[in-house]
Amino acid sequence: MAKLTIDGIEVEVPNGSTVIQACEAAGVEIPRFCYHERLSIAGNCRMCLVEIEKMPPKPVASCGQPVADGMVVHTDSEMVRKGRRGVMEFLLINHPLDCPICDQGGECDLQDEAVAYGRDHSRYEDGKRSVAQPDWGPLVKTTMTRCIHCTRCIRFTTEVAGVAELGATQRGEETKVGTYVQKALTSELSGNIIDLCPVGALTSKPYAFTARPWELRKTDSIDVLDALGSNIRIDARGAEVLRILPRINDDVNEEWLGDKSRFSVDGLKRRRLDRPWIRENGKLRPASWEEAFAAIAAKVKATSPAKMGALAGDLADVESMLALKGFFAGLGSKNIDCRIDGSNFDTSKRAFYLFNTTVAGIEDADALLIIGSNPRHEAPVLNARIRKRWLAGGFKIGMIGNVADLTYKFDHLGEGPEAIQALLNGSHAFADVLKNAARPMVILGAGALAGPEGGGVHAAAWKLAAQFNMLTPEWHGFNLLHHAASRVGALDLGFLPVEGALDAKAMLSGAADVLWLLGADAEAVRGIPANTFVIYQGHHGDAGAARADVILPGAAYTEKDGTYVNTEGRVQQGYAAVKPPGDAREDWRILRAISAYLGHALPYDNLEQLRDYLKAEYSVFGEEFRRFAGTDAAGPAGASATGSTIFRPLLPNYYQTDVISRSSPTMAACVAAHYPALAEAAE
Amino acid sequence: MLKDTDRIYQNLYGQKDWKLAAARARGDWENTADIIARGRDALIEEMKASGMRGRGGAGFPTGMKWSFMPKQSDGRPSYLVINADESEPGTCKDRDIMRNEPHKLIEGALIASFAMGANKAFIYIRGEYYNEALVLQAAIDEAYEAGLLGKNAAGAGWDFDLVLQRGAGAYICGEESAMLESLEGKKGMPRMKPPFPAAMGLYGCPTTVNNVETIAGVPTIMRRGAAWFAGLGRPKNAGTKIFCISGHVNNPCNVEEELGIPLRELIEKHAGGVRGGWDNLQAIIPGGASSPVLNKAMCDTQLMDFDSLAAVKSMMGSGAIIVMDKSVDVVKAIWRLSKFFKHESCGQCTPCREGTGWMMRQMDRIVQNRASLADIQLLEQVTTQVAGHTICAFGEAASWPIQGMMRAFRPEVEARAIDYHASNQARAAE
Amino acid sequence: MSSTHANPTSFAFTEANMKLVEKAIKKYPEGRQMSAVKSLLDLAQRQMGAQTGSIWLPRAAMDKVAEILGVAPMRVYEVATFYTMFNLQPVGKYHLQVCTTTPCWLRGSDDIVRACKAASGVKNFGETSEDGVFTLKEVECLGACVNAPILQVNDDYYEDMDAARVEALLNDLRAGKPLPPAGSLGGRQSSAPASGQTSLVSAPGSAE
Repeated sequence: MAKLTIDGIEVEVPNGSTVIQACEAAGVEIPRFCYHERLSIAGNCRMCLVEIEKMPPKPVASCGQPVADGMVVHTDSEMVRKGRRGVMEFLLINHPLDCPICDQGGECDLQDEAVAYGRDHSRYEDGKRSVAQPDWGPLVKTTMTRCIHCTRCIRFTTEVAGVAELGATQRGEETKVGTYVQKALTSELSGNIIDLCPVGALTSKPYAFTARPWELRKTDSIDVLDALGSNIRIDARGAEVLRILPRINDDVNEEWLGDKSRFSVDGLKRRRLDRPWIRENGKLRPASWEEAFAAIAAKVKATSPAKMGALAGDLADVESMLALKGFFAGLGSKNIDCRIDGSNFDTSKRAFYLFNTTVAGIEDADALLIIGSNPRHEAPVLNARIRKRWLAGGFKIGMIGNVADLTYKFDHLGEGPEAIQALLNGSHAFADVLKNAARPMVILGAGALAGPEGGGVHAAAWKLAAQFNMLTPEWHGFNLLHHAASRVGALDLGFLPVEGALDAKAMLSGAADVLWLLGADAEAVRGIPANTFVIYQGHHGDAGAARADVILPGAAYTEKDGTYVNTEGRVQQGYAAVKPPGDAREDWRILRAISAYLGHALPYDNLEQLRDYLKAEYSVFGEEFRRFAGTDAAGPAGASATGSTIFRPLLPNYYQTDVISRSSPTMAACVAAHYPALAEAAE
Repeated sequence: MLKDTDRIYQNLYGQKDWKLAAARARGDWENTADIIARGRDALIEEMKASGMRGRGGAGFPTGMKWSFMPKQSDGRPSYLVINADESEPGTCKDRDIMRNEPHKLIEGALIASFAMGANKAFIYIRGEYYNEALVLQAAIDEAYEAGLLGKNAAGAGWDFDLVLQRGAGAYICGEESAMLESLEGKKGMPRMKPPFPAAMGLYGCPTTVNNVETIAGVPTIMRRGAAWFAGLGRPKNAGTKIFCISGHVNNPCNVEEELGIPLRELIEKHAGGVRGGWDNLQAIIPGGASSPVLNKAMCDTQLMDFDSLAAVKSMMGSGAIIVMDKSVDVVKAIWRLSKFFKHESCGQCTPCREGTGWMMRQMDRIVQNRASLADIQLLEQVTTQVAGHTICAFGEAASWPIQGMMRAFRPEVEARAIDYHASNQARAAE
Repeated sequence: MSSTHANPTSFAFTEANMKLVEKAIKKYPEGRQMSAVKSLLDLAQRQMGAQTGSIWLPRAAMDKVAEILGVAPMRVYEVATFYTMFNLQPVGKYHLQVCTTTPCWLRGSDDIVRACKAASGVKNFGETSEDGVFTLKEVECLGACVNAPILQVNDDYYEDMDAARVEALLNDLRAGKPLPPAGSLGGRQSSAPASGQTSLVSAPGSAE
């Protein structure tokens, strides 16, 4: 530890810290443009100047200056003020003062610091530099004349995203930040450079000229477009969600957000179900809630409970699944399932289906095996964590499945279960990597579990974990990477058929006469036989609604308070930023209402009661999140898969994976930019 | 005047062959193994005792710089990097060493690298020196063939490889950390210090960067002894130095002289005097483009060494003397340097990227006689906002010529603004 | 020779140059092959010169260099655009590079520029003559200041220039004569005083 005095305040910080970190520890704010905690140090903006005693008599950039014991730092001396004012003046001489038409206005670091260090007039009388506005694709809008060359975007894409498409070409005054060649950014994390840009050079293209920050109502919530549970902030004005930004959570998403999660907001306004519908003579017609409930009641009363079933979709919140499960129990049916993807593996222990290492725990691992997953598409922010660990060195990665650019190097071991066997019997050299690792981990993708051999793959992966030191009293290296935000919550609720009950596959293929789809929109629902009466409860007119006989309009994740459990098993709360559109209602309330209508009222009248009930029935929802060790090595039931089936990618593309992103024009533009073949096929 | 026998560079002008046989005849590579046999510590001590100060510009004591290198490796190799990026306007001395005395440099590289525990050294030569690089590479090749480089170099029991890398057109690569970046295959953008190269330099390994003239002088110092070298020049400004005399002299030339030689004597003895006589002298830039300009009064008595020039707030720099007679618009001469610095700014950090252009544009105004006194004052302020606020010393280098101009020629510069004001007044009155 | 040069869509080093590429990379420690990037770019533009008569660096060549070095093309674009010696546009057969920095300016670089323009037919810096023979460029200090003013033609420095020497040189080149030996066109011994040496005049070989 080093002891420093900052403006008279004594602080102690770890050796190896920088002076700017010591200043922060002392509660002294240092202006900065290029410095960012999660990026390498550039030291180029020169705004963070401080004065340090007993050093050469000139200001020092605090971001790059290592601390030393006994350092005496002044952050507000005449030298410092003069230095920062000088830097600010230099930044402004070529910066267009177009704040009135700049989307960064109101949340611009340069604007804010200019208040503290700017002059009331410009002393620079020559013409300002003007720079072309290149097209970086559908998401990031460039106004490079505003660029102050802090290089945060370059460092982010190069270091964190692992896609070295941005750079600074030419030099001196002519330095240009950009792609050099005309191209759309290909990173799934590209939107983060908008947040990182301290000025209005990089802004959100879909959000351009939409709102000023002070008009927005900000609601903290949780993302549901993958299973990571990134922490987000929903910015809304009136009844409309205008944008979504990441919120800092070092254990989950640090401060990043995937492009789909950020830019699908325009999908929240399109193809919405804002009133109940009933199918009559083969055609859907608008209906009242009363009519819809009556139609459901008539059908339910005429059907045996054994022929009724419910499926929970990928975006469902825990509360609505709990209500649906309770509702069906009241009707006397145990035909419930959440595995609409057809996966079938042993979920009898929580460790069997969680990302046990935890996301932050990736940084403690020293070897990784990926089985049947493309984390870059299935959870891009988690993938960035893998890359971060890989960059730190001493982290060998093996991969079984489809070869893709994951932004880090890996050994490709094979494409199916036989490659797992080759590790188990030691015939593949990567077995030595796992054997010699102290904290190896395996990531098993949802894609590998979807097929008929899924259970066997699951058992084989666990066996691997047991054999290679991944299950110890100090370490848990077995991980499932889900893609559906609802999945872990559903499994925690036991939203599964008990022995003898109908499973998803059976229900989808005609075994159920009445089928309740809670936001279940997988392709498979389009093929539900005609004799099944389908009730679709959800928020978008997609596959489920198209097949429905009755539609009950529910709420999207931005419109309801809801609980989600991420792939690690972390229970998180989302909050409503706006109200559901039209006649749509929060989903658990719809279920509470229909349960009463049918005379089996659920035992809670408000959200608080529901959650008390939830915690009482399922203790995991009342517990604080923690990392578990692999003390219980007993594996899943069933034999290990040995076949040569090839693991298929789970997602056809990154951008359109669910009803919201499929409704988003922005995501459609991304598909057109990055998967031209897919976009053409869709037309 | 320095005796010819005390000149290190006997073939400075390429009067004779540069090749190994001729170099050996001049004494190069004589008993190199014996020098190395003295051991690392002895060599560093010898260097310290010689009083050699870096010939690249900053004048840091060479022996002390060498002593910063780790005595024991922590597993990382150590490197010597030789700065042959000679780009400071006015400077062309290393060029002569490399094309006419390459073996002094190569032998010096071996001895210095051994003293610093480096088995590999790199010479970074500016890209425009294409023909010089051909000669130097040929000299390196023949040294390898003769067993003077490579395994057990010169039979001294030390393995040593020497790699020549060409630059590609960027003045900033003469800054030592920018040079390391460029050697690594990146843009030549200076690094923040700390860490210093001796702790973390090329490829993250301990590195010392020395100028060509510093290293090429090493073998002679080792042969003739520190006392010989220290006996030349003035106290704390020991030895000989190649001066480059350009501009308005009758016979521009390079010449090796003793440090501390009077400026006037240097010019009159070797460069044929100022064009039109000493009294026709207007100004001299004494140490390359970034060294502040001197007016004639200052030049009359100026001694040419590190401390004497620092005493008048200028610099010895690289020893490049740019002479201007009375026909010159000094402001325009300095403006051209401002244009140079604007062109050569790497653009990494704000004050330099934005400030060098601003300084040049303010200089435009003065050159074009459309600057007010306030413009001149603003220019001076901008120089102080750049200098001392940048990642590397380029900020100072770009500011000092202007600050020097204001110190040495303030009345002349301000007179132009007063004339401008008067002509404006006159126009307004019409 | 054509004065227009198409932008190639692909680039490959010749077999002979590929050997030089490998040699250049081998000079550096394992994993530090990026150190060779400037050598490879230089080699690529020399090969373009040999193949097309214009020493320049098309994007396809940068991409090839990136591929050989195993780095993102962006890292190569950054390098290629940072250093002034990479010609990102085609240039004429003779690339005239006039130094106009202060030491050359004091010795008459303005005259050299004028003479270059007159003799080459190039009107402005950065342009190429209509016959494709000359491209004129203003460059910063070339580091041969005691032999100022300097005109660099392709790789060679021509020193102690004046307008008449520029005119004669360019006329010869246009007439198809080869480049003369580099160095002073005023006939002096490298950087020694034109009037004769003032040092190193003692008996030859009397150094010790």
